[in-house]
Amino acid sequence: MRTIKFLLQKEFRQILRNKTIRGMIFIMPVIQLIIIPLAADYEVKNINISVADHDHSSYTQKLISRITASGYFRLTGYTASFKEAFQQIEQDEADLILEIPAGFEKDLIRGNEQKLFIAINAINGVKASLGGAYLSTIIRNYNDEIRVALIQPSRYNNVPTIEIASANWFNPEMNYHVFMVPGILAILVTMVGGFLSALNIVKEKESGTIEQINVTPIRKHHFIIGKLIPFWILGNLIFTIGLVIAWLIYGIIPQGNLAVLYTCTSVYLLAILGFGLLISTFCDTQQQAMLIMFFFMMIFILMGGLYTTIDSMPAWAKVVSQFNPASYLIEAARMVILKGSRLRDVLPHIIKLSMFAIALNGWAIYNYKKTS
Amino acid sequence: MKIQTVDRELSIKTEKLSKRFGQFTAVNEITFDVHKGEIFGFLGANGAGKTTAMRMLCGLSTPTSGKAQIAGFDVYKHTEDIKRNIGYMSQKFSLYEDLTVLENIRFFGGIYGLSNQQLKTKSEQLITQLGIQQEAKKLVSSLPLGWKQKLSFSVAVLHEPEIVFLDEPTGGVDPVTRRQFWNLIYEASDRGITIFVTTHYMDEAEYCNRISIMVDGKIEALDTPANLKQRFNASSMDDVFYQLARGAQRTEG
Repeated sequence: MRTIKFLLQKEFRQILRNKTIRGMIFIMPVIQLIIIPLAADYEVKNINISVADHDHSSYTQKLISRITASGYFRLTGYTASFKEAFQQIEQDEADLILEIPAGFEKDLIRGNEQKLFIAINAINGVKASLGGAYLSTIIRNYNDEIRVALIQPSRYNNVPTIEIASANWFNPEMNYHVFMVPGILAILVTMVGGFLSALNIVKEKESGTIEQINVTPIRKHHFIIGKLIPFWILGNLIFTIGLVIAWLIYGIIPQGNLAVLYTCTSVYLLAILGFGLLISTFCDTQQQAMLIMFFFMMIFILMGGLYTTIDSMPAWAKVVSQFNPASYLIEAARMVILKGSRLRDVLPHIIKLSMFAIALNGWAIYNYKKTS
Repeated sequence: MKIQTVDRELSIKTEKLSKRFGQFTAVNEITFDVHKGEIFGFLGANGAGKTTAMRMLCGLSTPTSGKAQIAGFDVYKHTEDIKRNIGYMSQKFSLYEDLTVLENIRFFGGIYGLSNQQLKTKSEQLITQLGIQQEAKKLVSSLPLGWKQKLSFSVAVLHEPEIVFLDEPTGGVDPVTRRQFWNLIYEASDRGITIFVTTHYMDEAEYCNRISIMVDGKIEALDTPANLKQRFNASSMDDVFYQLARGAQRTEG
């Protein structure tokens, strides 16, 4: 125990003397939580639309003004031929083409039926599919209005319709900030814990101080615990700062018990710190450790369900995400913060994270060789 | 011949100790004894295998074959017991640059299990001995190299080990500081600490009780400086070293 006390004293002094780390503790949560949720918005706006109008009637004018008034679209071209409109897509000036055939108004009123053609530039997948969907909805609504205005109401609807009303629980306004913030908190502790721990032992290898440690009778697990605890405290501190920022800026207050939330984070930190320490036992230079950690960090973040849900991933990716500790914290943090889940609900997450923590730290201790 | 279980009169006892890295034999069957309290000079050209041999004796590297006992403990089975009984000062300065002098002393003393009382008296003693009262609370990174080396040595013997291993401790240090450094070595030796030191300075070799000269992984000569000079019919240790190292195949490594 006394050895650990001396190790902790040393580590804390070194960490607190390091200006970069001191700065990062405050700057990283502030910047990440302010910028990312505001920028990473799934709502697509400013879709450039080009209209190829062969009809030039008052009905097409109404439809176009309806589209531009929605706020999602920007009219970048109004031409008389599809060819011209297509040129705009080729030059990346337009994302969508709406082609209105000649006689649109006449046929719509007389024949009750008309066809419109939408061409989508699918280079940007999200913009294309969402833009297409928005446009279809606008046209459908417009169509319903015309029908109501023009068609004689019959006693019963000749086509049975089902009206769908949906309610968004736990995030009633479908606010993406609310959805992103808990995930970003999870990423925050992942980045801090992963990188700091991965670089730490390697730094001692580079400066040669590890040699002086290895020649002392220090126990391996004492050494690893001495490295683990300071970063664990640091990780929890940064998480706390993040929670305060989430409350101040987005008004997000955890619905669930704070103790449950901190239990998840604490166990997760042990796992990710163990992972970082494991990497540092394999590497000889900080450059190597940085590269390897970055590789895993990308997988942890992109396959952890922060941006794209794991449910929509192919089966093999779901299996991979089972081995991604970040995915458990991202999910658990959302559950506790947004839904108010209890300990019972996140217990499976905590158990799995504990298993990661034990396995990774055990491996790190095993792989740290005092005698080569 | 079998190594006797515990021979307290010998600090180091090796027999055909070897270390191979693949095809390359860094240390080739070295056999020697170091007596308790002796100052033993471990000489050799660059790449002769000195550092590798020393790392094996410190329990930092496992030998490929042969036998060795350090402070009575086996290098294969009891590396951690060896570590409790030795001090080590590596070629590369390896105290924490971002800790102060006092913090380094406290940390390494604490790791070796010194009590708070011991830490206090030892720190004061050491700082007075080195005359660095002004610098005690400064970061080690701000000290000049000579001071760092003296501090490094003092930290290596803080826990009064049986043996202290010094790997080129005076490399890049000015002559005055080198003399002061050797005074520290003599003081430690007077307290009964065995000194195992590698050096490239032949004047320092003269300060040793006995020296060995390694060439291409083998110990080619081992005796007192006076006897070696006589045997090689040389006027100085420089000459002895030159005669032996001239035949070396390996130059860097």
